[in-house]
Amino acid sequence: MTSLPTHVEKQLGLVIDLDTCVGCQACVTACKGWNDHSHGLSDADPYGADPSGAFLNRVHSYSVQPAEGAAQTINFPRSCLHCADAPCVTVCPTGASFKRSEDGIVLVNEAACIGCGLCAWACPYGARELDPTEKVMKKCTLCVDRITDTSLPEEDQIPACVRTCPTGARHFGDLSDPESKVSCLVEARGGYDLMPGMGTKPSNKYLPPRKKDRLETSPLAPLLDIQATGFAGWLDKMLGKLS
Amino acid sequence: MTETQIARTTCYMCACRCGIQVHLKSGEVTYIEGNRDHPVNKGVLCAKGASGIMQVKAPSRLRAPLKRVGPRGSGAFEEISWDEALTLATSWLKPLRETAPEKLAFFTGRDQSQSFTGWWAQAFGTPNYAAHGGFCSVNMAAAGIYTMGGAFWEFGQPDWERTKLFVLFGVAEDHDSNPIKIGLGKLKERGIRVIGVNPIRTGYNAVADDWFGITPGTDGLLILSLIHCLLEAGKVDLDYLARWTNAALLVQEEGPEKGLFVKNAESQPFVIDRRTGMPAPWDGKGVQPDLGAVYNGNRTVFQHMAARYLSPDYAPEKVAARCGIPAPRIRALAAELAEVAFNQAISLDCAWTDFRGDHHNTMPGRPVSFHAMRGISAHANGFQTARALHLLQIILGTVETPGGYRFKPPYPKPVEAHPTPHFVTAPGKPLSGPHLGYVRSPEQLALKEDGSPARIDKAFTWENPFSAHGLMHMLIPNAHAGDPYRIDTLFLYMANMAWNSSMNTAKVMEMLTDQRDGEYVIPRIIYSDAYASEMVAYADLILPDTTYLERHDCISLLDRPISEPDAAGDSIRWPVTPPDRDVRGFQSVLLDLGHRLGLPPMVAPDGSPKFKDYADYIQNHIRRPGVGPLIGFRGDGTAEGRGEANPNQIEAYKANGGFYQAHVPEGARFYKPWNMTYQNWAVQTSFYESPQPYLFNIWSEPMRRFQMAAEGLGPLQPPDHLRPQLKRAMDPLPCWYPSTDEAYPVHALTQRPMDMYHSWGTQNAWLRQIRGRNFLYVPTKLWEAHGFKEGDYARLTSANGQITVPVAHMAALNENTVWTWNAIGKRKGAWGLSDDAHEAKEGFLLNHLISELLPEKGDGQRWANSDPVTGQAAWFDLKVRIENAGRREASSPAFPPIPRAVPQGSARAKGIR
Repeated sequence: MTSLPTHVEKQLGLVIDLDTCVGCQACVTACKGWNDHSHGLSDADPYGADPSGAFLNRVHSYSVQPAEGAAQTINFPRSCLHCADAPCVTVCPTGASFKRSEDGIVLVNEAACIGCGLCAWACPYGARELDPTEKVMKKCTLCVDRITDTSLPEEDQIPACVRTCPTGARHFGDLSDPESKVSCLVEARGGYDLMPGMGTKPSNKYLPPRKKDRLETSPLAPLLDIQATGFAGWLDKMLGKLS
Repeated sequence: MTETQIARTTCYMCACRCGIQVHLKSGEVTYIEGNRDHPVNKGVLCAKGASGIMQVKAPSRLRAPLKRVGPRGSGAFEEISWDEALTLATSWLKPLRETAPEKLAFFTGRDQSQSFTGWWAQAFGTPNYAAHGGFCSVNMAAAGIYTMGGAFWEFGQPDWERTKLFVLFGVAEDHDSNPIKIGLGKLKERGIRVIGVNPIRTGYNAVADDWFGITPGTDGLLILSLIHCLLEAGKVDLDYLARWTNAALLVQEEGPEKGLFVKNAESQPFVIDRRTGMPAPWDGKGVQPDLGAVYNGNRTVFQHMAARYLSPDYAPEKVAARCGIPAPRIRALAAELAEVAFNQAISLDCAWTDFRGDHHNTMPGRPVSFHAMRGISAHANGFQTARALHLLQIILGTVETPGGYRFKPPYPKPVEAHPTPHFVTAPGKPLSGPHLGYVRSPEQLALKEDGSPARIDKAFTWENPFSAHGLMHMLIPNAHAGDPYRIDTLFLYMANMAWNSSMNTAKVMEMLTDQRDGEYVIPRIIYSDAYASEMVAYADLILPDTTYLERHDCISLLDRPISEPDAAGDSIRWPVTPPDRDVRGFQSVLLDLGHRLGLPPMVAPDGSPKFKDYADYIQNHIRRPGVGPLIGFRGDGTAEGRGEANPNQIEAYKANGGFYQAHVPEGARFYKPWNMTYQNWAVQTSFYESPQPYLFNIWSEPMRRFQMAAEGLGPLQPPDHLRPQLKRAMDPLPCWYPSTDEAYPVHALTQRPMDMYHSWGTQNAWLRQIRGRNFLYVPTKLWEAHGFKEGDYARLTSANGQITVPVAHMAALNENTVWTWNAIGKRKGAWGLSDDAHEAKEGFLLNHLISELLPEKGDGQRWANSDPVTGQAAWFDLKVRIENAGRREASSPAFPPIPRAVPQGSARAKGIR
């Protein structure tokens, strides 16, 4: 079993805006591309009947029928939430899974991973995937090899999914700093924890969709009763507005 | 560790043309991300763009030229050399050019080099050239040009920074993809309301604050009802209408020119000046056009418009049931439009002078904006529906004002500034001008002297007079039917006509292989594609294209540019990695073929090729004096817009990130059609040869001229059987008429996912893991009524056929509509996939249910399933009957596997490395 750090100096993470995510999957393939190119994310049977590759970030769409009003579709991006009380770490028999004290990122040391799958079983969010050919566990690293690479332009020292998101629905920053942009967003928009009852204390937050389908503007008052006055009356009144 | 190189070029994973940074190690592509400096995507990139690496490495890539050696469709090909391939093509095409150039039909699908391929076809002399716009979104483009000089996407876009209300009509995820998403993100950041009008609530409609789950094909009726409400309440921008539109022109009430504008002795339309009550030139300095004028009994356009839409026929209560939207919601939407346009108006402190010479100290704006593309277009009433949407924007005074809709250079461009179609052929001679254009009156139709169609697709005929993009979906059926005539060679580029790009797919496959007297009815087929698509099996000669990272291209202002409202823009592609196969960029191949055929613009005076390859053409072709394919770095490298050819132009583009922008001057950013600073800049930058100010066409004279002909007026008369549809559809004011088949109860639609581009995505190892399966999505009411359970299949029947396909339940859907993702279903053997791939087993197309022709009416005519104005394929008019077919293993119809042109793809073991 592996221990969690008693204290993190900061807690990096993502804030994902469900009011803005259109479910375009851009973050999914940017993540796949970056992590494949940097340390390999394989695909089994890529052109066959049952293609199955490792993806560290997936987007699901759900149909929701509220008690009142129109049905809705919610697009929901899902990746590791870098929990404070990460059960995937404590369950790991080899110490391969660990949480960094310097920035709170949860990582896997692939050299020590035996592919037992306990961590994937322990994670209530389904955020870990076994690489189908390497048979080691893969997960979101918050693009640790981008965010710490000072040879990249500063604006690119962010996770690939955040850099690529066309609607700007993904935000990256230090959630332990109440003044950070991500913390302010969480505060302003009522950002919430995913499945708080699991006791994992996730670091990533989701911003809820705004209330929908509430068209409330009062109907326009007719200029006058056209049926009574006829078109000529309407025209006079209408053009009388020009002066 | 090898150093990473970054090459900046242009994406081609869809039609959006974003800037990309391709990471390379030792020449190998390792990663693709967005280019932050690029005007289209500003650094972001969609799911397709980031997956381009899997397209460049796809096993489906064709490897060498192929010549058919067995029966067509048998897949018996042999690899041949390029010299053999081009010698063979020349031997087929040269005699056609010398005797009957129209016997070559050259159609180029999702081509991004239409100003080049059109130029080639013009030099060959065939009238039979177009790209895919006729089966895509020509209604939106053409209705925009005829109404206001531009439409959405490449023509213009919402003022994302300033708009305070955004209304999105129909499926729009498939065009202008990243810019719309970036725009939506900006609106969401500012807390601006987004309203979606769409039968299906996915994608952009999922984040809409309000959703109108409209009945397909009734968008035009809803829009005209909104116009009714706005007129009824007096909430229209009268000043805007009087100054910038033809609302104050006078319409002849009677006589042989009934419905045309009243003209003066110089044949110019005029207005009544409110200051004097007397006639005055429409463009005279200080003139205040009177919307309420009556002159010799002739009323203004404004009065005709108001009388039309104030009719109770357009009241919300009257249209609600048909549109599937309760009347109070229609009234509330109209009220919200009025509230934002008129009570939340904005103004920029920016002085400008209009074409009348009148000076303005500010730029007032009505911050309501709209967007629509294919969703409302792909109906047989799509042209008039798109026109209605443009009219709604115009009466609110939002077009080209701050916070509204903004043109992108080279637009605005009035219909008069566009060419008319050229189609007259002569053996051995080029056409006298471009094929495609904008018809203004019957004498400009592409008809031969005997009145028969000059073009194989019957574009620009009485059946569809304004078919500005041609009718690619009619090409194969007409060529097979010999209607209007027989052709010899079908030459296609990037168009999967044997599968998802055709209506009535199964029938089209039969047409391609049909024989008469031992000869193929369509005698020869040449096809160029980069990948082993379904169409490959049906060609006689394959000219394998490169992928987009292995080629030169230019995204030209002569064609479909990448401009922004504040800057004209163009861009290039260049080979960031060399091809590892015996393939060539199609445009370079066309130049070689053109030289072999002796096409004059492609032959140097000494008989050698005029252009070495496409890159040479991009830099050195001169379209008209000083104007070439690219506007940047001309002449000595500093000239913009106009200038001599520059042999270092491509290098300059590469150094600039692959693109160029010419910025609109500060005082020219709004009111472009009427703003003289803009007009003069547009001339300087080569979009016009002289300033082209104009009025928006609320009343369309070109349409009225066709309607008049249908009424029996004028020397050129349509065939009698087409008179009713011309009278109805060529209404000079936007109108609505039903377009769907009432005999079937359920609407059936497709939409393209944001992570796939027609059939291309399926060969992509990553994208097919995201969307390798498609289901028929069924709304709750139908799901329950038919007792569907998860795992069931539905049998869908239309007037054209039957399919049996897997279902899934979806709540956020119009209650009488079913839908699926477009082009997921594949033919076994294509695209390098295994025969048991989901796409080839359970995956399906709706195309089998849709015919390019309407059911026979017993009059011997072939009635097109198209818009009668433009000929746009009416994909979204499909109606079906649905039944529960219980559990199944595979979709039907299923077709036998097509023999493989390339081997099946194998494992991608570990990463890119």
